[in-house]
Formats: sequence, structure tokens, C-alpha cells
Amino acid sequence: MELYMSLAIGIIFTVGVYLILSRSLLRIILGTSLLTHGVHMLLLTMSRLKTGAAPLLGQKADAYVDPLPQALILTSIVISFGVTSFFFVLAYKAYQKLGTDDMELLRGKDDE
Amino acid sequence: MNNLLVFPLLIPLCAAAILIFLKNNVIAQRWISVIGMLATVSASGAILVQVKTEGIQTLHMSGWMPPYGIVFVADTLAALLVLAASAVGAFCLIFSFGTVGAERERYYYYPFFQFLLVGVNGSFLTGDLFNLFVCFEVMLISSYALIVLGGTKRQLRETLKYMLINILSSTLFVAAVAYLYGAVGTLNMAHLSLRVAEAGQDGILNVIAILFLIVFSLKAGLFLFFWLPGSYSVPPAAVAALFGALLTKVGLYALIRTFTLIFYHEPQVTHGWIGWMAAATMVLGAFGAVAYSDVQRILNYNVVISVGFIAFGLAVASKDSLDGAVFYLLHDMFAKALLFILGGLIVHLSGTSRLKEMGGLIRKYPAAGWMFFIAALAVAGIPPLSGFAGKLLLIRGGLQEKEYLLTAISLASSFIVLYSLIRLFMNAFWGEEKARPEQAPALSKGMLLSAAGLCVIVIAMGLGSEWVYRFVTDAGDTLMNPAIYIDAVLKE
Repeated sequence: MELYMSLAIGIIFTVGVYLILSRSLLRIILGTSLLTHGVHMLLLTMSRLKTGAAPLLGQKADAYVDPLPQALILTSIVISFGVTSFFFVLAYKAYQKLGTDDMELLRGKDDE
Repeated sequence: MNNLLVFPLLIPLCAAAILIFLKNNVIAQRWISVIGMLATVSASGAILVQVKTEGIQTLHMSGWMPPYGIVFVADTLAALLVLAASAVGAFCLIFSFGTVGAERERYYYYPFFQFLLVGVNGSFLTGDLFNLFVCFEVMLISSYALIVLGGTKRQLRETLKYMLINILSSTLFVAAVAYLYGAVGTLNMAHLSLRVAEAGQDGILNVIAILFLIVFSLKAGLFLFFWLPGSYSVPPAAVAALFGALLTKVGLYALIRTFTLIFYHEPQVTHGWIGWMAAATMVLGAFGAVAYSDVQRILNYNVVISVGFIAFGLAVASKDSLDGAVFYLLHDMFAKALLFILGGLIVHLSGTSRLKEMGGLIRKYPAAGWMFFIAALAVAGIPPLSGFAGKLLLIRGGLQEKEYLLTAISLASSFIVLYSLIRLFMNAFWGEEKARPEQAPALSKGMLLSAAGLCVIVIAMGLGSEWVYRFVTDAGDTLMNPAIYIDAVLKE
């Protein structure tokens, strides 16, 4: 199972990196959110995908899955959610003021 | 157990929360943020005294013993850095009163300022890797807001790049944490150190160490500093001073902590990389500092050079050079804040940031001129001032460990620093008075007050090096012997 997850994460990372290297700002933001998906799946995978009950003591099971990565992922999800929404608003504002979403045109050696 | 440790976070956090309700009352905002900042400085001073007298202090959140709970650890290095960060924050806060403009002050400038300090102090004090990530994010999100606040075209453009770089490095940080958790199964730094020592730092752990090196180098501007000169030149001077003094230093602290506490078993791999990155950083930073004739660019490349300089101390990793790195780190926080504040004043007074269009400021503003001169000498490391003792220790450490090339590069970079800053001084303050806007801009007392305060600290740190060294050598001992740190955290 870990092997398939790793392959999937690899594909997500590849696509994310490809999108980040493109010129359009929206594609870059999509790339960053794909990358965060990738690392969250990586966190889950790296704690071994053993079969076990959900980490609720009421389940009275013999074995539970590792609860720690789930807490880490939950933290990381809300952080990246906040950052992504800020990034979207920033991109919107930049589009309004600068009139372009092409990163090539945002090099800005000159000081306006 | 020592509840005092959480106060450097709690006080700015509460101050920021209260400030959100006082949007339109700028006077109240200023008072509350100053009071909060002074309380933070005194709390961190108290922590430093306790650490000095009673040894390393720890705080187990909610009474969960490590490695299961989150632990806050104050060794001498963390306590020194928290105190320095809070003091620098206080001076930048006072400087921002007259300079950031009423519009920013009404749009949550002070809350963001306080949140930034929460993140910085938290990063210094935490003893848990994932909590370090969270504190980094607190600091970074506030820094995004502080850079873009005002919303000019340049700020929007540079913030886009700054955010993208930091989202990438945070993503890599989480990936590195995932790999490390998968390899050794813990996140508490002291426990990590034990587990890594038991497992032996073999191939996979070396790869993870290099991944951490890349992550923290992106944050600290060590070799991967291409984002730094652009994004630090767009915010107002008070914010740039705060960034130049604190943000890269947090990355450096994370590097020092990681590579002295956790990944210290294979220095020929990890520390070799750090050494070459430090050398490249100093050389490239020196090119930048000489090439530009723009005040902000010159100062930004000086930040880059000093990052390389401190990383050189970490790369050599003997007692002397780690002492020197800690000493220089402390000095650099104050000196860079002073330099950026005075650079901001120069731009404010001459109405331009281009060297060619300014001149003759010394006749009207002698105090600012001589303070800039002192700051330049301090950053270059001229003996009676604060930069000297750190540089001396670093150079001595480098020579003792026979790292002649690195030592030569770092000595040469000091000349470049001196040249670039004196060139700035001579262009701005000497020579003919150039045409300026009709009314000569006033220089209020408040602006000079913060610069003067930092100037006094820089001089005092130089004259009282012996006194500062007693703390610094304590910090160096803990860095050299990770066992001291581990015992303090795990055995109680």
C-alpha cells in the first residue's frame, strides 16, 4: 500500500512543480495547493499504513492507527488553507493594480 | 517546570488580540504595544537571569512529560536570542511611530507587529520540531501582511514572490518532518537527538539532514537568498529593520539548533555543505553589496553577507567558532536593526534611495551621520564596537581548525562590508548638498531616539564584551555538548 501511495505522491509533486514553474499566477497557486496535498499524503504514508481501528478509544480494538500524523496533518491543512486564501486575495489585488497575471511581466527591475 | 517561559509568547499574543479591537484609536494602540513590548523584554530578561543561575529551564505544556507533550526549552542561546529579539522589536516599534504613516497604523499594523514577535520568540523557545514549523508559519504569515500593508504596486509584486518562496519552503519543511518521523518516530528535539544517535546517522538520515539544510537555508538566506534583496526593499524602514534583524536570524537559529543537537554525527557531509554554502553566500553577497548604488539594496546584501559569516561559524563547529557565531548573531540583530533604521532615515531625508542623487547631509543632520558611521564600523568589526569580539572568535576558530580558505573569504568579506557601508556614508553625508524637495524634511526626536538607543547598545556590547562573553560561552558549551540539553529536557 505504501508503494502505491508513494507513487501517487510522486505524481502529485511532479505536477505541482510543473505548475509552479509556469507563467500564469493562477496555475502557480494551483501548483502550491497540489504540493500541500502531496505533503499531507506523505505525512500519512510515512507513519505506515497499518490496518487498525480509528483512533477512538470507544472502538475497543486491539490495534489502532497512529494518531499523531493525523493531528499534524490537521494542523498543516488549516495553516495552508489560511495561506492559500491570503495568496488568492493577493493575486486578485495584484491583478487589479498591476493589470497582469504573467510572472514574466512582474520581474520589475525598474522601480515605478 | 517554569511557567515564565511562555510569557515571551503570551504577552505579545494578548497585546495583539487586544489591539485588534482598537482599530481607530491610534494613540491607545501605540501605548498598549509599547507596554506589551516592555513587559516582553522584562520577562525575557528574567528568563535569562534564571537560566544563568539555575541552568536550562523547561516547561512541559499541560504537564505532559516529553517526548509526549510539547516542551519549551530555554538554554542560554534561546534566552539570549529571545531577549535580543524583544529588545530589537521594542526599538523598531518606537521607530515606526513617526514613520509608517497613519493609514498603516489604522489597518492593524501593530497587531501584525506583535504577532510577528510571537512567532519569532516561539521559534527560539520551542523544543519540538512540528511546533517550530507552526511558529515559523505564525511569523511568516505576519511578515506577508507587514510587507504588503500599504498595497503599492512594488509591494504587491514582491510579496507575490516572497509568499511563493516561503510556501515552497514550508511545504518542504513538512515533507522533511514526515520523513524524519517515518525514520525515527518522534518529533521532540531532545528525543530526536537520542534516536538519531542510536540509529547512527546513516544514508537516509543524511538525506533528511540535507533536506532540513535546504529548508532552513531558504528561510535564512544562506546561499538560497535570491528572494531576499527584492522583498526586503519594498516595506517601510521600520518593517525592513525588523525583518533584517529578526527573520533571517530565526532561520540561522534553526540551522544551528538542528546541526548541533540532532545531525552532528557526520560533519564531513553536513558541515561540509554548510561551509561551501557559507563561502558562496559571502562571495555573492559581497558582489551585490559593491555592485548596487541604491541604499536598500546595499543594506540587503549586507544582511546576506552576515548570514554567510554566521554559517561559517556553524560549519567549523569548534568551541571558539560556535561561541563566535552566537556572539555575532546577537551583535548582528542589533547592528542590522540600527543600520536599516538609519538607512530609512537617509532615504527619508534625501527623498531618494539612489546614492548619486544624495549628498551633504552631515551639515544639517550630524547626529544621524555619526550614528551611521558608528553602525558601519560596528558591522565591519572595528575593535571597540560590538562586531569585533564575535569576528575575532570566528576567525580564531577557523584558523585553529585549519579552514584557511573559508577564513580568508570571511576576512575579505569584512573589507567589502566596510567598503560598501563607508561608500554609502561618504555619498550620503559628505560632499555637496544636492537639490532636495522644497522644504527640508524634519527629523523628529522619536526617530533619532530609537537609533540612539540601538547605538548605545552596540557600543556597550563592544566595551562590555567580557561580560557578554560569560553568557555566550555558556551557550557555546550547550551547543558543543548536546547531552546537557538532552538531560535537561528528558530527565527530570
